[in-house]
Amino acid sequence: MLKKEVDCRGLACPQPVINTKKALEEIPAGEVIVTVDNPVARENVSMFAGNAGYPVKVEEKEGNFVITITKGEAPGKAPDKPMEPVAQSTGEARPLIYFFTSNLLGQGAPELGMTLLKSLCATLAETDPPPDKLIFLNTGVFLTCTNSPVLQHLKKMAEKGTDIISCGTCLEYYRIKDSLQVGRISNMYEINEALRGPGKVITVP
Amino acid sequence: MGPATLSQVLRQLPRLNDPHLLVGLETADDAAVYQLTEDMAIIETVDFFTPVVDDPYLFGQVAAANALSDIYAMGGRPLLALNIACFPTCLPPEILAEILKGGADKVREAGAIIAGGHTVQDDEPKYGLAVTGLVHPQRVLTNAGALPGDVLILTKPLGTGIIATAIKAELAPAQSQEAALASMIALNKEAASAMLSVGAHACTDITGFGLLGHAAEMARASGVSMIFHYDRVPLLPKTVELAAMGLIPGGAYHNRDHLGEAVSFASNLSPAQQAILFDPQTSGGLLIATPPEQADRLLQELHAKGVTAARKIGRVVEKQNWLIRVEEEEVNCSC
Repeated sequence: MLKKEVDCRGLACPQPVINTKKALEEIPAGEVIVTVDNPVARENVSMFAGNAGYPVKVEEKEGNFVITITKGEAPGKAPDKPMEPVAQSTGEARPLIYFFTSNLLGQGAPELGMTLLKSLCATLAETDPPPDKLIFLNTGVFLTCTNSPVLQHLKKMAEKGTDIISCGTCLEYYRIKDSLQVGRISNMYEINEALRGPGKVITVP
Repeated sequence: MGPATLSQVLRQLPRLNDPHLLVGLETADDAAVYQLTEDMAIIETVDFFTPVVDDPYLFGQVAAANALSDIYAMGGRPLLALNIACFPTCLPPEILAEILKGGADKVREAGAIIAGGHTVQDDEPKYGLAVTGLVHPQRVLTNAGALPGDVLILTKPLGTGIIATAIKAELAPAQSQEAALASMIALNKEAASAMLSVGAHACTDITGFGLLGHAAEMARASGVSMIFHYDRVPLLPKTVELAAMGLIPGGAYHNRDHLGEAVSFASNLSPAQQAILFDPQTSGGLLIATPPEQADRLLQELHAKGVTAARKIGRVVEKQNWLIRVEEEEVNCSC
């Protein structure tokens, strides 16, 4: 895999973001590893990459922050259109988004709904590449928390780079925010942006 | 300077007990107020900074509007001003002349005069004003008068710090730049005049500590808590998008970290949205606490005077174990 290292130590904001953006534009796919020496740059660079649709990992090393950004072969969003938080589709690979609005699949007997849902998640986890994004809303958020029957499948997808987000309001409503096991907490703004973006959205009712 | 460092430094200054000093350091207010006679007090304030826009004439206007703002926030009217300028020898003096011209024009628009000033040689240009204003001692508006039930009105949109950062990164769209500039060169004169004609309990102007930093000072000084509604806060164009790209000035994070646990957010507000409320503003608007029965009239008066960005953004409540809460309104999470 192509790796590009960017040393942003000693640089004031917004230079680390600019350098990160340049580095990501220069490689078709691979990893951009950004080193920064202050928390402001860490937050801003992470936010930039996350907003552009790339998975981000942050480690603290000897007083510096090492931010690893993975750019996939089929980017979820093209970061070359910086003014659009959800960039226009390039015509090729549209990101694939599964939208889970319930912890069961389909109407009918709950046992069957659960079995079908497990089966769907197992299938998705085996698909290559896996979906770009999974969004969990309302009772769907039970699937990303402790005691979820599909946790192993979701974790597998997360390892392969799927962005898994759960509605914060919903986690709070059901009082299970502390037991989130996979992915991250998000908000209606981001969820709405993802749903109306260029991606193909499959709703799991 | 950030609020944490500043309060540490100021703590070391001796306390003053002069009865003429109506407003001093204690409540972290915008300016000092000194009573001269029974019906006359002067307001003193000083503010200067490095260029926030490339055009020297416009920079002069922004710096002057920003310095004059403290007088308006205290309910006063500016009388006279002194220039403070730093300028490097490597730049042509015509640039300094343009900066001073911008400042002078803005001071004239405020109905005041520039009576002199002082310039020093420095590596980076800086400009601002020391301003003297006049106010009736009984009509001084501080940040300490907000009462539970009051409605909070903000008169200018937020986002100048984020857009300035985006300009440095060459990622700011033209509409954001134009709107930010128009907002920064606008005097708070009309906003203050509307506020004084309708009546208000407390006022402060939004500058370096961001909306929530200055709101926190007002809440602490008034012994109250405040609830803000994110959806109602006026924002400059594309501020949310630029913030989400990580174009957030360090000052916003310092302001956030300084307040820490005192502020809580609705869980559906993203880190970028939260950062906007801490974004340091240059020549920001007034945050006005006004009784609820006057709020609509004040808003109408503000809009009538051309302060069209003004919005009701929150309310004052009895003091709680939290200082500020930010809610997002009417988020529909039904599926």
